[in-house]
Amino acid sequence: MSKAHVYKRDHINTDEIIPARYLNTDDEKELAKHCMEDLDAGFMKKVSKGDVIVSGEDFGCGSSREHAVWSLRGAGVQTIIARTFARIFYRNAINCGFYTIESKDAVERINDGDEVQIDYQAGIIEDKTNGQRIEFRPLPEFALEIIRDGGLLEHIKKVKG
Amino acid sequence: MSMTITEKILARASGKKAVKAGELVNAKIDLVMCHEVTTPAAITMLIEKGIDKVFDKKRIVVTPDHFQPAKDIKSAELHKRLDEWAKRHKIKYYYKLGRAGVCHALLPEQGHIRPGEVIIGGDSHTCTYGAFACFSTGVGSTDLAAAIATGELWFKVPESEKIVLNGKLPKGVYSKDVILAVIARIGVDGALYRAMEFVGPALKDMSMEARMTMTNMAVEAGAKNGIIGFDATTKKYLAKRLKDKKTYKVYESDADAQYVATEEFDCAKLEPMVAMPSLPSNAVPISKCKGKPMDQAYIGSCTNGRIEDLRIAAKILKGREVKIRTIVVPATPTIWKQADDEGLFDVFYRAGCVIAAPTCGACLGGFMGILAAGEKCISTTNRNFVGRMGHPKSEVYLASPATAAASALTGKLEDPRKFL
Ligand code: SF4
Repeated sequence: MSKAHVYKRDHINTDEIIPARYLNTDDEKELAKHCMEDLDAGFMKKVSKGDVIVSGEDFGCGSSREHAVWSLRGAGVQTIIARTFARIFYRNAINCGFYTIESKDAVERINDGDEVQIDYQAGIIEDKTNGQRIEFRPLPEFALEIIRDGGLLEHIKKVKG
Repeated sequence: MSMTITEKILARASGKKAVKAGELVNAKIDLVMCHEVTTPAAITMLIEKGIDKVFDKKRIVVTPDHFQPAKDIKSAELHKRLDEWAKRHKIKYYYKLGRAGVCHALLPEQGHIRPGEVIIGGDSHTCTYGAFACFSTGVGSTDLAAAIATGELWFKVPESEKIVLNGKLPKGVYSKDVILAVIARIGVDGALYRAMEFVGPALKDMSMEARMTMTNMAVEAGAKNGIIGFDATTKKYLAKRLKDKKTYKVYESDADAQYVATEEFDCAKLEPMVAMPSLPSNAVPISKCKGKPMDQAYIGSCTNGRIEDLRIAAKILKGREVKIRTIVVPATPTIWKQADDEGLFDVFYRAGCVIAAPTCGACLGGFMGILAAGEKCISTTNRNFVGRMGHPKSEVYLASPATAAASALTGKLEDPRKFL
């Protein structure tokens, strides 16, 4: 079971997820300390391992910094559910073996603090708090394969031997 | 089958006769751009996975730029990791010491960008190079690592959106104003996942520098790449500069190629634009925002830190004095030298500006011009997100070098046309 942190806004950008002033390191634990800092200074106090973030359109827009994915992962976030994702963030997430879910209406149907359960293969989010059941289109097979292999580099090693 | 220029390049790179938007391809990468923020992580990944190799040491271009020279101990460690790796693999084009510059200004200037090629870089504004009729896009560290080791990457062929630029730019209006107007209309995700293809008569009078300002900001509309067709201006720019291979292949969109959307702009009707905080799409004409007090003006970056930009700013600043902190950062050492030779530094010095060495620095809130809480900066950069140039409560206003220079003179958002 995961707790949902809902940010109703659109265009949550990489500078908000991990401000550039902290890009002088690529250490995941260091980055996690500042995760979402400029958007929600209390985020690190309330997030626990396995939680999910729910948001609007164009999540992760801005820079190509994979540090955004690392800081979220380092903070314990398991997945991001958004209406749409910015392209590079989406790609980085897959390459890091990190799940993303595109859902048109999750941001309206899940409330901040709700407990949710996700079936990534079947494409179902269950909101245990309000009883809602939300379907989503699972990631394309090639992306799931990369995630299952543990990220792009592991995948390449496997495929190319 | 009819194809767009983007489709043709991706088809060639993936060894296919034709590709369609939406198709997944494995493309051969012609060039990889590396800087010190995203590359060290890629290097570490490669070492950890036991695939510490480079696909071609002549096709990787390395320059530190974001925190160049190192701004603190942590960033010095990043520089050191980049340096050790570049030396260990004998990377042919490693720009360091006094040769390092802002990546997206440096690579075209030094002749690394060729039409028809597939270029990736560990930086979102890698889309800049599309001004040279190539496919170029930004990636994160894992993709970068994969491309460095294998020289290949998977791509979904993007749908293309056509941006038609009609008319001639009026005096005081520049390509920066055009791209701000485009993003204001279509939104920061208006071209999400798409190729933004710029066409139209207004391009004809634009230099390569001016064109790069527009493709640079394609990612600010969510695009995968920005692209502009090849013409006499492209040819002339390349003739003096290309390194290694002097030849290239020119691709053009077919007349009946498929576009998901077409947006037409009458450039003759444009005014200087300013993007209000905190999205590049919040751009309004200067007549609607004039008079707002500023604390700092910043003229530089991969968007507008080229020689042409410095000339435009100098023309306005000449013989006048700035009212607010004004920071001028030539984007590369060559631009720096050129600006000095042309007497622009003299103009900036007399006007009371700070002139810095080439770096990204303040553009991303790194160093050399950070904003305090509540401060406002008129900036020639490409992104005005919350906290982008410093404190989360500071504000960034995006504009052309002319508008930034004019605003520096009056200390408020100002119409540059009154000084031209
Ligand atoms: S100048 Fe700014 S936008 Fe350009 S590469 Fe540097 S940090 Fe990025």
